[in-house]
Amino acid sequence: MQDLLQQLLNGLSQGSIYALIAVGYTMIYGIIQLINFAHGDVIMVGAYVALGAVLMGFGFIPSLLIAMLVCAVLGVLIERVAYRRVRPVSRLAALTSAIGVSLFLEYTMMYFLGADIRTFPPGVLAERTYSLGGVMITNKDLLVLGTTVILVVVLQYIIFRTRTGKAMRAVSFDGQAAQLMGVNVNNTVAITFFIGSAMAAAAGMLYGIYFNSVQPLMGLMPGLKAFIAAVLGGIGSIPGAMLGGILLGMTESLVAGFGGSMYRDAVAFIILILILLIKPTGLLGKGVQEKV
Amino acid sequence: MLKKYFPSILACLALAVLFTIVQVGISGGLLSGYWITNIYLMGINIILASSLNLINGFTGEFSLGHAGFMAVGAFTGAIVTANLGLPFPLAIIAGMLAAAIAGVIVGLPTLRLRGDYLAIATLGFGEIVRVVLMNIDYVGGASGMMGIPEVVNWPIIFISVVLSLLLIRNFIGSSHGRACLAVRENDLAAQMMGVNITYYKVLAFVIGAALAGLAGVLYAHYYSIIQPKEFSFMLTFDVLVMVMVGGLGSLTGSVVGAVLLTTASAFLQAIPELRMVLYALLLIVSAVFRPQGLLGEKEITLRTFERWGGVLYAALNRKQTE
Repeated sequence: MQDLLQQLLNGLSQGSIYALIAVGYTMIYGIIQLINFAHGDVIMVGAYVALGAVLMGFGFIPSLLIAMLVCAVLGVLIERVAYRRVRPVSRLAALTSAIGVSLFLEYTMMYFLGADIRTFPPGVLAERTYSLGGVMITNKDLLVLGTTVILVVVLQYIIFRTRTGKAMRAVSFDGQAAQLMGVNVNNTVAITFFIGSAMAAAAGMLYGIYFNSVQPLMGLMPGLKAFIAAVLGGIGSIPGAMLGGILLGMTESLVAGFGGSMYRDAVAFIILILILLIKPTGLLGKGVQEKV
Repeated sequence: MLKKYFPSILACLALAVLFTIVQVGISGGLLSGYWITNIYLMGINIILASSLNLINGFTGEFSLGHAGFMAVGAFTGAIVTANLGLPFPLAIIAGMLAAAIAGVIVGLPTLRLRGDYLAIATLGFGEIVRVVLMNIDYVGGASGMMGIPEVVNWPIIFISVVLSLLLIRNFIGSSHGRACLAVRENDLAAQMMGVNITYYKVLAFVIGAALAGLAGVLYAHYYSIIQPKEFSFMLTFDVLVMVMVGGLGSLTGSVVGAVLLTTASAFLQAIPELRMVLYALLLIVSAVFRPQGLLGEKEITLRTFERWGGVLYAALNRKQTE
């Protein structure tokens, strides 16, 4: 029983990192229907920037903010350079471009910083462990959970309580109609990339601290899994992405904890195929009627 | 009579010349081992790209499972020759059959999904294959299989490529192929016209999977060592890029894409640190400035050469009369 709780808790922390990444994925997919393969690599860049800031002597929160800002700008830049011209022409070409951006970020980083694994200095977060009825909670867990919750609440506010959020919802519902109503679609897409990439940077820093490893290819797997989480929760839905991320994290850590650690990576994909077959719109997604 | 068969005869002649040139290059020692490897790789990539194009370009389904099918073919073929000691042709048959069966198993349920969902589901299939292979001790687990007989040579590669291309070309030209094109253009309208869309989607998917399996068998029997981690989704991306650069829905485009990118990759090997960076830039630039690919949906045919020839001829004539 205690084992089970412990595994669930580990899953919760890991799942909330997935959730942060999935939120960005789902926003970007919701607005331009593009699987942004470069999203995972924005996580990696975020982790490196945060690491750099920490090494320069900034604290946790300033480093987080710096990483988020740098990656937000990077996200807008990626959209402007690699996607904007291609998007209306062909979705497959946009996907090729996304794959190109992903490889470019990975190998440019590798060229300049090398492939070796770097770690956050222990000083950034003195490890403390609390015992709660036999279940061990570290302050890393609390940090990850807390940051995720705060960021998602802020995001939810932006999307449902501001004019920008309204524009984002309108564009993702029907881009053409939104444009006719006077919404600046290109700017709205840019803002979506700005916010989504900032979330990715936060996830990158948390991932780097939680797993104590920063390297150029670190974004690949979490990126893919976050996409699965987004599909699981229902693509385009932010609470769905949260739920999907946390469910995925918990399932993975249960599988890993009870002997199947080798199959850990396959589990995510099996979940994905099952959910696509049973309920393709995801747990919280809205069904869309196909127009004839 | 002669006129009707003229293009085929010309094509056969051109292929024979190409075959002889490379064969002379290899047996005469004119080509270094590095380039021979790259020529073989080019052949394997042509099979992979054209078969993926059959699924993605001609039938309009977006599959990212090619590495998975290739892995199924490679490991089945390797089991047949290395573990069971049976002859190589049996490995080809078994590898293609296994990949085709995998294609049916994956295709039947997932082809109901649309667009990006299918892409992610097939990507997931590829990753599952890789993880499962890593956990089967019979095929060596994570370290993979070694000591697979190195029987692949230039004639085998050449014949496989030609037969694969011929199969795809004739399939597209047949009534089945036209049904696939109809599904791509508008599946609803195709269904109204009495096309069994599920059947044709799965058919194209299975043919594509079987050819990927063939590529896998060739790959295994050239390198003699295979590891599950080589068949990750990065490999699918490589193939997808060849298809995209050549032109989605153009068979000759896939050949051009495969040849071009394999060559680019071979040249970039000289600067290993920057190789992937330049490769990535090439991708972005080609996607942004030529999203439909080099050839779009056009094919290079004899007529293309005739037209170029005509233009050239006219240009030469003009010069002479001046």
